[in-house]
Formats: sequence, structure tokens, C-alpha cells
Amino acid sequence: MTKEQLTGAELVIRGLEYLNVSTVFGVPGGAILPAYDPLYDSPIRHILARHEQGAGHMAEGYAQATGELGVVIATSGPGATNLITPLANALMDSTPLLAITGQVASTAIGNDAFQEAYTVGLSMAATKHNYLITDASEIPQVLKEAKFIATTGRPGPVLVDIPKDILNQIAAWVEPGDLDLPGYKPTTEPNPKMVQQASALIKKSKKPILYVGGGIIHSKANNELFELATKFSIPVVTTLMGRGAFPDGHELCLEMPGMHGNYTATTSIQNADLLIAIGVRFDDRVTANPSFFAQNAKVIHADIDPAEIGKVRDAQVPIVGDAKSVIKGLIEALGDEKLETENWVSELKDMKTEFPLSYKQEEKGPLKVPYVLEELQKLTKEEAIVVAGVGQHQMWVSQHWNFTEPNTWLNSGGLGTMGYALPAAIGAKTAYPEKLVLALDGDGCFQMTCQELITASTENIPIKIVVFNNGNHGMVRQWQKIFYNSKFSASELTHDTPDYLKLAESMGAVGLRMMEKSDIEKVFNKMLEINDRPVLVDCVVDPDDMVFPMVPAGGSNDQIIMNEEDLKNL
Amino acid sequence: MSERILSILVEDKPGVLARVSSTISRRGFNINSLSVGPTNIEGRSKMTIVTELDAVEQVKKQLNKLVNVIKIVELDPNMTIETEVLLLKVSINKDSQTSVIEKASLSNATSVDVGQDFAIFELTGSSKDLDKFESLMKPFGIIEMVRGGRIAIQSNL
Ligand SMILES: Cc1ncc(C[n+]2csc(CCOP(=O)(O)OP(=O)(O)O)c2C)c(N)n1
Ligand SMILES: [Mg+2]
Repeated sequence: MTKEQLTGAELVIRGLEYLNVSTVFGVPGGAILPAYDPLYDSPIRHILARHEQGAGHMAEGYAQATGELGVVIATSGPGATNLITPLANALMDSTPLLAITGQVASTAIGNDAFQEAYTVGLSMAATKHNYLITDASEIPQVLKEAKFIATTGRPGPVLVDIPKDILNQIAAWVEPGDLDLPGYKPTTEPNPKMVQQASALIKKSKKPILYVGGGIIHSKANNELFELATKFSIPVVTTLMGRGAFPDGHELCLEMPGMHGNYTATTSIQNADLLIAIGVRFDDRVTANPSFFAQNAKVIHADIDPAEIGKVRDAQVPIVGDAKSVIKGLIEALGDEKLETENWVSELKDMKTEFPLSYKQEEKGPLKVPYVLEELQKLTKEEAIVVAGVGQHQMWVSQHWNFTEPNTWLNSGGLGTMGYALPAAIGAKTAYPEKLVLALDGDGCFQMTCQELITASTENIPIKIVVFNNGNHGMVRQWQKIFYNSKFSASELTHDTPDYLKLAESMGAVGLRMMEKSDIEKVFNKMLEINDRPVLVDCVVDPDDMVFPMVPAGGSNDQIIMNEEDLKNL
Repeated sequence: MSERILSILVEDKPGVLARVSSTISRRGFNINSLSVGPTNIEGRSKMTIVTELDAVEQVKKQLNKLVNVIKIVELDPNMTIETEVLLLKVSINKDSQTSVIEKASLSNATSVDVGQDFAIFELTGSSKDLDKFESLMKPFGIIEMVRGGRIAIQSNL
């Protein structure tokens, strides 16, 4: 039988279908045009973003909500350079992403041709791996490899750059074969000896803390984590990327530690005699100055990426492996052991009562973000997927929203990319049209990618966006207040430009506004009722509010600033 | 600080040298010497990197993350056969000629070309031998010199 002859472009689309890709996000252009032709006839849904950065974050939101591969397509040159931010973002937060970019014809590469950029070079440090295709026949196999690399081990972005002539070249469709990746063999099963050593340490510990992050979510290990924590009574802190890996509200859940973590979570680590660190990387936003971090604790560090172990903090017991397998191993090794953590658990319980998160919402005063968030959560009956931008509002959402399920909290943790929320929410809603998807954004962040509101309305993706409008780059303002004598250099936006109601309306969405306490219920109920269009809520909030607790960058986690009063003693 | 020698087996794919060197520079580390060439196995190249760093473990782990990097071995300097090649072009004149040639042959350098006012020598040996030869030739006026990067093999592996 003669093999079916296809163009390179058809091989790309056929390849994506073969890999069960159902949705792609992108923006067309000259070099990638051949691929858009067969895409038109494919069952794959294409969402036309208004900017490639938006397309990239949409693919990330899709991937983070589902735990599956997100796919983004862009053209050569500026299309590809616009993708660099989402690629770097996905690399930092270990999000499985496949980016397909058009390139100028192979004969023109290196000649500074129109819309030529050295995409493979530019994206090298922003991807887990990348490819330049040199013959159309490579396409099916490379796409299979790319998906495998993106979704296995520590997930991450992979880019495939395809010159236009290769997209037009004719080659046979050959079903991709076995992968030949001699340099890529992630270790998923932990070394049993290490697991035994870890369990021996845990048995001896009186003050253990499970310090867990995004790795739990990637590995879908939340049920195993729950069993480990509850069976042996070990308190859990969930990092910014790990929120939802263990349910907030559970008596063992201490929630987020670190720079803007709550007092108990941060202090529990400082007082612990053992850190059971799983799927975390001792990020500086958690550790502050590492020399003062958890000085009394031994460390068990389990991660699928060996390079994370010992990078910041030496581990007494290093374990390379997938979080789920590691935790299962630990549960088995601990058997029917009873840990003596009773005092520890009750000490932390008292601490939580003594040092709660606090804020003051005055009856007639300006709205405070934490209060609005708590009210919003009361009004949303169903489990929402919550997406945040970067800044004060992000920290408040992480602090005050109750996360009980994995993959319901999407944010840009590692890179801190403003503009992430709106497009990422679109991506999540595309994956789960029936779920409530809330983008809880800052005004500064929103303005970085707000054109994607058009994408949401024209593609019929009815997300809900709350813009916490403090008229400022609030987080920048907060730092200027504390560290730069209140010299507010270039951090002021405005409350009233743009007019968010008109902006929403002009982009095909519904705009609503809340200014005071008495607006909240009415406006949010209206927002929750509208499901045929995106809704944007302009939530005007106090421009001077600050996020606490706070540990300044490079400081010690033993010195937590709890409120504005504490600042005076700084 | 002492030198560390990494022997890195890589897939012979485009861009692999760029990936390795950019991974090293991205983490803020310097390379004293780097060489790359084919091996006896088809489709595999070997890179030899000499660096002076404490954090070599972290670099090894970061390099191991590269999809095209197959295996990294840190060579034990006491068990390692190491060599480097050098080409050196030096000025000569009637007065210096004999002395230059004599010094070169004492150093085991081979003369590969001799012109009216220059001579080119080739020398293979340890980095120290090469350094020594360079300083011997310096007084005569070195016109140009290239060194090929250090390559190494461990004798007990
Ligand atoms: C792309 C990008 N540029 C700049 C920054 C620096 N930055 C961090 S937070 C912030 C302010 C965010 O303002 P807004 O979205 O209004 O959030 P708020 O802090 O007011 O809640 C800025 C400018 C960043 N994180 N990302
Ligand atoms: Mg703001």
C-alpha cells in the first residue's frame, strides 16, 4: 500500500490530531499560513487570540486547569518573539506546553529575511527543549517527542519551529514510532533505600511539616498527600503553586508560607524539626534568606527534577521521583506507625487562632480586597477555577480564598507575569466550559492583556473578570511606601481611565461596577447570573491598602511584619 | 580552586554546543576550556569541559536536564590522561633561527612549516607543556597561536 502523501502543514495538523489535541490557541501570519489551511478543516478548535502572549497564556491556563498539554501556534519573527514570555512562564511553573512556530523558508534562514527571528536561539533558555524541523517527514515523530518531553518528568514548554517551505513540502504520513531519547529518562520511581531513610526520619520527628507545592498537582498526588498527612497527623503548608493540593480549612492545613504567607505557615517551618519537602523548590519567596530558613530542621527533599535537590538547601534525604510514587512509598514504609505530633499540631492550632490573617473593612470606607474576596466566595456556590494576576491582589487571593481542590488555582508563580490572568482564564474556560472560571485581576495586570476580552466574547468563552481597581500598581506602591520613603515613582495608574464599563461593553462583554460594601452582593449575583457573555466587574478598592504579613526580600522568616504598626519598628 | 574536568557524551544534533554552553553561562559559571568532537559511536559526540567551580554538582544536574545530553562523567584528575594540541607561528631571523629550532625540538614540538621569517610548530601535550612552550617562544616574537582545547579520557573507566 502506498503511504498517504501530505504537505508538511497537513502533517502538523494530522500530528496534533494523532496526539489527541482538541484545542489550540494562536495567531496566524505569513510563515505559518500553510498550517492554518488544513487547520480550518480539522476538528481541532482554534481560538484566535489578539496577541501571541495572550495565546500562550491561554494554552498555559488550559494546561494548568486540565493537567494536560496546552498548544499554541504563532508565526515567525514577531509572532515567535511575542511567545517568549509565556514560554518562560511555563518553564518556571512547569506547565506542559507545545508551541508551534512558523519560520522563514529554510533557504532564507540566516539572511535576515522578512519576519525572520532566530526562534530556536531566542527560546532556548525559555523552553525545556526545542526543535527546528529540516524535513517534513520528521514532523509526526518530532511532535510525538515534543509532547512526551513537555508532559513527562518535570513538565515544561517545548517549541517546534517549522520553515515555510517545509510546511509546503510533500512527505508521507508515517505513524510515529517508539521514541529514541537516550538523554531523556526521567526517574519516576524513588529509590526504596531513600524512602526507608525518609521514613526513619519521620518516625523520629516530633515537629514535622509537609512542605508541598506544584509537584503534587502535576503528579496528581493530592489524595496520597491527604492520606499521608491525615494518617500520621503531619501539618501541611501549601506553597503558592501548591494551593489546593491539600484542602484549606482542614485542621492540618496551614496554607501558604513565605513573603506574604500567613504567620503560622511561615513560623511552622521555622520551628519544625523536619521538613518533608515534596514537589517544591525552596523558592526565595518561601525561604527569604536561606541561611535563616528552618534552621532546626532536617530535610527530606523529594522532586522529579534532580537539579532542584540541594540547589538551595542541602537535604539529609534526597529522593528523586514522582511525588505520587514517593508519597505512596512513604505511606507504606511508615506502616502503622503512630507519630507523636499531638503537641505540635495543637501548638500550631493555637498559633493560627492567635495570629490570624486580618483586615479591617469599614462600613462606609473604601472596599478592601480581602473582604470582597470572602464575600465573593460566599456567593459562589460551586467550586470555581480561580485565576489571578501578579501583585497585591494575587497575594490576597492566595491568602483569603479557600482552595480545596487541585487545578482550581491558576497563577503565575515563578515568573510573576502581569497580564497572565485574563488569557489564562480563557484557556481554563475553554477546557471546562461548564465550570465557573473567575479571573481575579489587578488593574495594572488587566491592562497588559485586556484585548483578550475580545477573544473571550467573540469565541463565546463567558469568563468572569473582577478587576481590583486600586488605581495603582499596588504592589509597587507598597514597596515604595516601605522601602522608598513613599516616593511613588511611576506606580500610579488611574481609577477612571479606562472606563471599565465602556471598555467591557465595547469588547462585547458586560461591565458592572462596585464601589462600596452595599454593592457587593447585588453586583456579584448579577455577575454570576450572566452566562452568555463575559462579565467584567470594576471593583474599586482602597489604593493605600497593604498586604500583610510580610517578610522583606532577603530577610529572615523569624521576623514577620504583621501590620503597618510593625513597619515603624523596621 | 582546583580544576574539574567534565566529559559529556551528547547526541550529535544541531545546537547541542549552544545548549551546553548557554546552560553553563546562564548559571554564571566560567569555562577554562571546551572541546567537542566525534566519538567512536555514530551520532554521538564528546565534549570535554574544564572549569573551576565549587558548584559543579549543580552544573552537572542542569546539563543533565538537556534532552541531548546523554551522560556526564566527572573525571578524576589522578586517573586522567589529558592532552591538548597547539599551533604556534613564531618570527625567525638568521640570528634566532638555530635557537628557535633547537628549543622547539627539545620541547618535542614538530615544525610543520618554515618560511623565510617565520616557523610554525605543532605540539601535543599537557596544558602545562603547552604553556611552557609558549613562554619559551615568547622572546622570539609569537605571531599567532591557537590551542585546540583540552581533551581527556579516564584510564580506569
Ligand atoms: C510583566 C511585568 N511587568 C512588571 C512587573 C512588576 N510588578 C509586579 S506587581 C506590579 C503591580 C501590579 O499591579 P496591579 O495589577 O494593579 O496589582 P495590584 O498590586 O495593584 O493588586 C508590577 C508592576 C511584573 N510582575 N510583570
Ligand atoms: Mg492595582
